[in-house]
Amino acid sequence: MPDDHVLTRLEPLALVALGGFVGALARHTVASMLPGTVPWGTLAVNGLGSFALGVLLYERHFVDGLSAETRLIVGTGFLSSFTTYSTFAAETATLAGGTMPILAVANVAGNYGVGFVGVLCGRWLARWLS
Amino acid sequence: MNPVVYVGLGGVGGALARHLVGERIEGATLGTLAVNVLGSLALGAVLAAPVGDVVVLALGTGFCGAFTTFSSFAFETVRLFETGERRQALVNALGNLVGALAAVWLGSTAVSLV
Repeated sequence: MPDDHVLTRLEPLALVALGGFVGALARHTVASMLPGTVPWGTLAVNGLGSFALGVLLYERHFVDGLSAETRLIVGTGFLSSFTTYSTFAAETATLAGGTMPILAVANVAGNYGVGFVGVLCGRWLARWLS
Repeated sequence: MNPVVYVGLGGVGGALARHLVGERIEGATLGTLAVNVLGSLALGAVLAAPVGDVVVLALGTGFCGAFTTFSSFAFETVRLFETGERRQALVNALGNLVGALAAVWLGSTAVSLV
């Protein structure tokens, strides 16, 4: 199939769309299971998703055994939709305007902490698997 | 229709829009900063607007949630740091935070004024 065929151009978009659908639903499901003032759901998806993206993207660095289609549907589609920055920012703003503004600082430290540590753990696992 | 389907449909739109923005902006970190700030602006507006639960689920949780990304941000920041661009890593971490928080405030304030 030539590169400029309409299906060739649409395939990446279909993969991103499918991953995005499942990722957003999975995030909503996790958040629904962890209700309360402290946004544990966002913290959980951001930590888990950063870990998984770390595995996926460092795998390319160490092994490069996955197809471009797999990276697109799992990375750009699913994991990037599963994790969220806007909800994290809105929840931080809400905490800052609440009765315990210190929780806003803790929320930033918590999300940044699990995100960065998650990526590093993903890198460790990808290297170990290689 | 089960209301959570709206979250999924919003997620489709958000993921596609992020993918298209990423293809048009030079440099991954700049593309991620752009979607995170724009998506936070939109989410601030959606949450402050007098709209129903379905709109919040579709546009807020679904679209804005999926359009913005924490995992790509975290990966790109770690990559900057470990490739020796430590100052850029710090600027990226603070830039996304300050930009997104200001955008949430701006979005909600703009809607409140209307």
